[in-house]
Amino acid sequence: MKAPPFEWHRPATLAEAVASLAAVAPQDGRVLAGGQSLLPAMALRVARPPHLVDINGIAELGELRVEDNALRIGALVRHAAFHRPVAHGPLGALMAGVVRHIAHWPIRTRGSFGGSLCHADPASEWPLVAVVLGATMQAVSLRGDRLIDGPAFLRGPLETALAPDEILRAVTLPLLPADAHWGFEEVARRAGDFAQAMALVVLRMDAIGRVAEARIGIGGVEAVPRRLAAVEALVNGRLPSATLVEEAGRAAAAACDPMEDAPYRRALVRAVVSRALASAAMPQALAA
Amino acid sequence: MSDVLHRVRMTVNARAATIAVEARRTLAEALREDLGLTGTHLGCEHGVCGACTVLMDGAPVRACLVLAVQAEGAAIRTVEGLAAPDGTLHPLQQAFADHHALQCGYCTPGFLMLAMAMLEENPAMEEAEMVERLSSNLCRCTGYAGILAAVRSVMRR
Amino acid sequence: MSVIGRSVPRLEDPPLLRGEGAFAADISFPRQLHMRVVRAEMAHARLLAVDVSAALALPGVVAVWTGEDVATIPPIPFRATKLKGLEPYCQPILARGRVRYVGEPVAVVFAENAALAEDAADLVVADLEELPALLDAAAPPRDFDATHATEPAILRKSYGDVEAGFAAAHAVLDLDLSIGRHSGVPLETRGAIARYDAASDTLELHGTAKKQHWNRDEIARLLGRSPTSVHLFEGHVGGGFGVRGELYPEDLLVCLAALRLRRPVKWIEDRREHLVATNHSRQQRHRLRAAVDAEGRLIAIDNVFFHDQGAYVRTHGARVADMSAGLLLGPYAVPAYRATGHFRLTNKTPAATYRAPGRYEGTFVRERLMDAIAARLGLDRVEVRRRNFVPVSAMPFTRPLDALGTDVVLDSGDYALLLDKALARFGWEARQADIARRRAAGESVGLGLGFFVEKSGLGPSDGVRMSVDPTGVVELVTGAASVGQGVETALAQIAADALGVDYRCVRVVRGQTNRIEFGSGAHASRVTVMSGSATHLAGLALRDLALGTAATLLQAPKESLTIVDGMVCRADGPALPIGEVARALAAGTKLSRERAVPGLTTEGWFHSDHMTYPYGVHLAQVALDRMTGAVAVEHYLVAYDVGRAVNPKLVEGQIIGGFAQGLGGALFEEFRYDERGQPLSTTLADYLMPTIAEMPPLDVLVTEDAPSPLNPLGVKGAGEGGTNAVGAAIASAIDDALGNKGLVTRLPVTPREVLRLLGEIEA
Ligand SMILES: Cc1cc2nc3c(=O)[nH]c(=O)nc-3n(C[C@H](O)[C@H](O)[C@H](O)COP(=O)(O)OP(=O)(O)OC[C@H]3O[C@@H](n4cnc5c(N)ncnc54)[C@H](O)[C@@H]3O)c2cc1C
Ligand code: FES
Ligand code: FES
Repeated sequence: MKAPPFEWHRPATLAEAVASLAAVAPQDGRVLAGGQSLLPAMALRVARPPHLVDINGIAELGELRVEDNALRIGALVRHAAFHRPVAHGPLGALMAGVVRHIAHWPIRTRGSFGGSLCHADPASEWPLVAVVLGATMQAVSLRGDRLIDGPAFLRGPLETALAPDEILRAVTLPLLPADAHWGFEEVARRAGDFAQAMALVVLRMDAIGRVAEARIGIGGVEAVPRRLAAVEALVNGRLPSATLVEEAGRAAAAACDPMEDAPYRRALVRAVVSRALASAAMPQALAA
Repeated sequence: MSDVLHRVRMTVNARAATIAVEARRTLAEALREDLGLTGTHLGCEHGVCGACTVLMDGAPVRACLVLAVQAEGAAIRTVEGLAAPDGTLHPLQQAFADHHALQCGYCTPGFLMLAMAMLEENPAMEEAEMVERLSSNLCRCTGYAGILAAVRSVMRR
Repeated sequence: MSVIGRSVPRLEDPPLLRGEGAFAADISFPRQLHMRVVRAEMAHARLLAVDVSAALALPGVVAVWTGEDVATIPPIPFRATKLKGLEPYCQPILARGRVRYVGEPVAVVFAENAALAEDAADLVVADLEELPALLDAAAPPRDFDATHATEPAILRKSYGDVEAGFAAAHAVLDLDLSIGRHSGVPLETRGAIARYDAASDTLELHGTAKKQHWNRDEIARLLGRSPTSVHLFEGHVGGGFGVRGELYPEDLLVCLAALRLRRPVKWIEDRREHLVATNHSRQQRHRLRAAVDAEGRLIAIDNVFFHDQGAYVRTHGARVADMSAGLLLGPYAVPAYRATGHFRLTNKTPAATYRAPGRYEGTFVRERLMDAIAARLGLDRVEVRRRNFVPVSAMPFTRPLDALGTDVVLDSGDYALLLDKALARFGWEARQADIARRRAAGESVGLGLGFFVEKSGLGPSDGVRMSVDPTGVVELVTGAASVGQGVETALAQIAADALGVDYRCVRVVRGQTNRIEFGSGAHASRVTVMSGSATHLAGLALRDLALGTAATLLQAPKESLTIVDGMVCRADGPALPIGEVARALAAGTKLSRERAVPGLTTEGWFHSDHMTYPYGVHLAQVALDRMTGAVAVEHYLVAYDVGRAVNPKLVEGQIIGGFAQGLGGALFEEFRYDERGQPLSTTLADYLMPTIAEMPPLDVLVTEDAPSPLNPLGVKGAGEGGTNAVGAAIASAIDDALGNKGLVTRLPVTPREVLRLLGEIEA
């Protein structure tokens, strides 16, 4: 299980990387980020890029900062950076909660936030986070920078809006207000395995405890992660209750369109959506 | 193109090492084949088993999913570097022996390096956290009870 | 105090902890070539041609062979088996004419390095014409080739009047049960490194395990050499579990290449290859009928089963099916029994043994039956088992059946006693009350159990050579092998105990065919029983010789002497290091001439016609997640009587590790195929072995209530009891959580299946 031969390019700056990728993209040259998806695919010889543009030497891509009320995540920020909250408030906690579902620690020390989005595995966690939280992707090529929003970025399984010569530079996630509540739930066969279904729910409540704004997304089931508008509409304006949780789960199961094994995946969607909603809406009540 | 050899300088267990490798050589292969450090094992070569775990600049990595060329300038630590120069086992190694944390020993180097990283990050880790971290690697022989007991025994209470 | 029965530290550990192990991939020779196998990509196809020209043209490639190049080498044989007619189904070392499973070797490439060999292998083009794949062993047989069908044989075992039993039955139960494809999947893949030493005309094979002597003899025979010119070496072994150390095509190919190419040849299996090339196991379907009386006592069992052997008959022949038939009844007394085993080939990876072979399957089947009897007659599940146990008063109990060529005679055991101890330790009563409360609150929770009888210590003979050198170090050379279970430590303890030395002074040499002429390897939990007994006898003989010699040297009566900690001493008087005694027996000394043979050295042999039968019970508590189908094992107990534990910690380690494998087979692991026979479980991300996070709270109770009367130590094997009943106990607990309706009929029980059984989703 040895990768086929390839030529390795290691640019020191983003400008060099863009130029280097532009030169090799026509021959199926690819970016190498954390390598935690690309290198196993090459070892199994299901991917055979003749050129790799290794972006690990580019400091700028590893930067992580809060600016303009948003979290700006350099494409190469490793999953493990999120083990501890990277921002005050709910967003940092949400990311720290979700990251524990991604693979395992030694994979998280290498695998990158941007790589996960570019790889666009339907069962990956970060793409779901990007879609639900309204992320903006910043891509760069010789043609300059462009911004792409989450749903437009993710085109299908292992397919994104990036052109072959484009590098994902950074992802911007708006900070969550301090009173936002979130819940994340995932079903995987074993610890660290890719999700068979997952749901992320973010809620804001009004003064009397009704849901003012719900964002409810699922991943691992359809070709790309997606917010379920019908379920959000069902939840908005209602007081959280066991009934609401149950209804939302059923509505989500009805609303989704699984790629495979529909009855089973629908059942899982019902489970993860109702549980994520419950933990967002009534953390104490349901913990008991 | 496969003929191009890249020179890689790194430190391995605190010693300088220079090798010349093809770009496709993984760090695990380089340690084993170019540096003769066969303590780092390969159980899958696709990132699932963790037998190849080494520390790269202090962080645990799957050495089968890092290219040797990417280790340029890095400090690598492997199982061969754990015992004292006089051969005395590291307390973690001794704990593995004391708690019957190994049978065939094939997974052992990976688990030792994983546990080293755990100790260094947080020597007072909670049990649930230990389980989460240790779930990174596979052992087919022990059923993990001895491994967990060994790691628990070296954690600060 | 005897060192037997103590949990002393393992002798094996230090090099393994330091990264100084010598596993197959760690062995290299100057000038070595690397072999890569080109494997069939269709499950069943005519092999029209193989084009190797592009591969050969790659710089650094030394040779490429196809079936034509090795046509003179006979197919891989199997060890003695009672079933006749299996020969035509043996696997050729490279396919010719047809390929029969995805992964079958069709060509081999030899190149200067491993990556290059893989590049070249990619360039080999096999011209295949696809044929329909046969994937279900219970479906009607088809053609294997022009003259043979895919059912080589039907295995039959029976005793008693089965028909009369059914005629007299109070109730008849009908079950249809199946077990999925699992395998050992050791963490180290296979490897084989062959080297031909022209100077001494010897062929060496490194990276071997388990059955060195048999393999040596067969390699020699197939390659037309004398067995004494072939040596097999065992280094460290990264787990065996039944699959490693069998003779595979790759072993022959590296040997042949080393002879032909006159360079060392190294082959290291990669993980994807492993999952399609190394033996699979377990897959069977049982259609079982049972007759019982009004009290739930078994009157007769009629079991028809289909054994999915995969594409070829491998070295085990029909042993797994044989054990399924011969050992199905476990702890229960059954007046009449008939087993009909359809031994069938399919277009999947060939199958053979995996830890508790035939018993993991059989225990699942038998214990599902016991639960079904209880449900049908409205009896307590525990009570039904008690009523059917072979009573302790009937021991040794002869069952008119055979398995592995020996008559089944249960040597000793108090099944009811162990069951009582286990139930108490587990808190079965209290848990039942708790379960009832939780159910009333809407939870799906259940308890389950699986009782079983293992077997161990397969004969017929085992011998060791034991000697003391002038420094007092004891060398124990055994034909046994080690696959990582702690064989060295256990044998050293037995040797030390018999002789009177520190166990750390014993060097155990195993798995080297050039050090001892005979060996039976390590399988079937036989090492502690057979090699252990031989070691015990050798140790006693050596002690006697040492005492006799020392008596002369010390001018004291032999009876007044004893050996403690390597010193031969008299209660009051002088002591002599045992190394001195050895020195006094060196070649040429007066004493050695008197004895005719020099050296403080001896051989010990142990013979046995019957196996020993350890037994145990597994108890499980599970909770089902009604929304996701996930099964949470909340508590688990393995209780196992091993007769006598040489090293309790090692026994416990075997049980816990074995349990993890059984758990995989019960809930996670399965080799799946699509409808054309393409394997779907080809990475460790698809073949789901448990991590530490999947391990439940596990309690182990090792008892020594029934030592074996068949060997001087009273030991029984400990290797397989942790695995045996996991599928049975977990299935029983899940079924209990579902209302004890006999719904769980298949392993592994996946979350999807649980949801279906809960009625949450449609089939
Ligand atoms: C055993 C195992 C289990 C895993 N489990 C999970 C899991 O549960 N959940 C999960 O989400 N992931 C999982 N992963 C995948 C892991 O998270 C990867 O790290 C991630 O999917 C890809 O990130 P990377 O940085 O490693 O990218 P790489 O592997 O380097 O690249 C992946 C792809 O993205 C492209 N790419 C990467 N970065 C850029 C960029 N900046 N611009 C343009 N293109 C780019 C590459 O060209 C390549 O095609 C697992 C991996 C392993 C080995
Ligand atoms: S060998 Fe690297 S994870 Fe298995
Ligand atoms: S000890 Fe054998 S794999 Fe862990």
